Amino acid sequence: MPNREVEPFAWMAFSAGGVAAAMFAPILLFLFGLALPLGWVSPDHAGLLDALGHPLTRLALLGVCAAALFHFAHRFRYTLYDGLQLARFGTVITAGCYGLAVLGSAAAAYILLLVL
Amino acid sequence: MADSITLRVTRYQPEVDDEPRAQDFDVPLRENWVVLDGLNYIKDRLDGTLSYRWSCRMGICGSCGMMVDGEPALTCATFLVDHAPGPIRVEPLANFPVVRDLVVDIGDFLEKLPRVSPWIVRDDDIPVDEGESLQTPEELADYKQYSMCINCMLCYSACPVYGLDPDFIGPAAIALAQRYNLDSRDDGAAKRLDVLIHPDGVWGCTFVGECTTACPKDVDPAGAIQRYKLTAAMETIKSYVSPGGGP
Repeated sequence: MPNREVEPFAWMAFSAGGVAAAMFAPILLFLFGLALPLGWVSPDHAGLLDALGHPLTRLALLGVCAAALFHFAHRFRYTLYDGLQLARFGTVITAGCYGLAVLGSAAAAYILLLVL
Repeated sequence: MADSITLRVTRYQPEVDDEPRAQDFDVPLRENWVVLDGLNYIKDRLDGTLSYRWSCRMGICGSCGMMVDGEPALTCATFLVDHAPGPIRVEPLANFPVVRDLVVDIGDFLEKLPRVSPWIVRDDDIPVDEGESLQTPEELADYKQYSMCINCMLCYSACPVYGLDPDFIGPAAIALAQRYNLDSRDDGAAKRLDVLIHPDGVWGCTFVGECTTACPKDVDPAGAIQRYKLTAAMETIKSYVSPGGGP
């Protein structure tokens, strides 16, 4: 049973993640799945690092990663709830799905904001 | 084209049967015959005890919804030739208790529908002598799609969430709430919000989208629900930031 207080916020994160993933995932897949391996564009390592050096690039990538992860968490939670009919384990599933999204976002933030 | 086609009809007569069973009937296969014509042929010529609901035969009354080859459909709009060579399975609407043969108990839907006040709610009555409440074509377009709902309940039958959780208020009720929420003459949005923001309201929907696929009138209940989720989410946020918050 969805929680009345939390559900609107979970849905907004899901919704934002869906929009972000729909907009940016095809671009990123095209760039790093096709254009770069096939040599259509040839930015060198330094050029890519330069692009990542801009704080706005890092924030945008972090936003895309976090939103897409929360999109996954929400959808996967209901896949387990209804698809596999595991609603009786609701608390564990909810904690696991959103916990993974939080951990993934934290990892993305660590790499994008501290390591690079 | 063959002369006849078999309808494999689910029978259940509670005074005789412990559980539903299938019975085959051969009916004429005519190009302009729909499944409902086949059922009427059975009722008139082969077995007068067959029970099913129907009325208008033209996709308006919404009473002849059944499962045809496992999909919810209006039997008056489902041609036999499209399911040839058969046999065509004709079963009662899924997700509803069966009363008899192809007749289901629609009490749950009829209890839920008025909860969303599917009528014009006004803060003040407009005196009749003031004439009509006119609307612009744009104001009509805002809700017209949702007003096409004929309460046939195919969307409830298609909705896996309703199948798993019968407390979910369901696709048609939410689409009809939107039909009135988006009407320029209506003041009932706040009243409906209390019902729809409940966990059994819009938040029960997981956007499977089968309701929109099943809808014979292109109402797009799934779209209505997603639009309303945004409204409900915004109202929730507003209730937290305004004094005395809490949704």
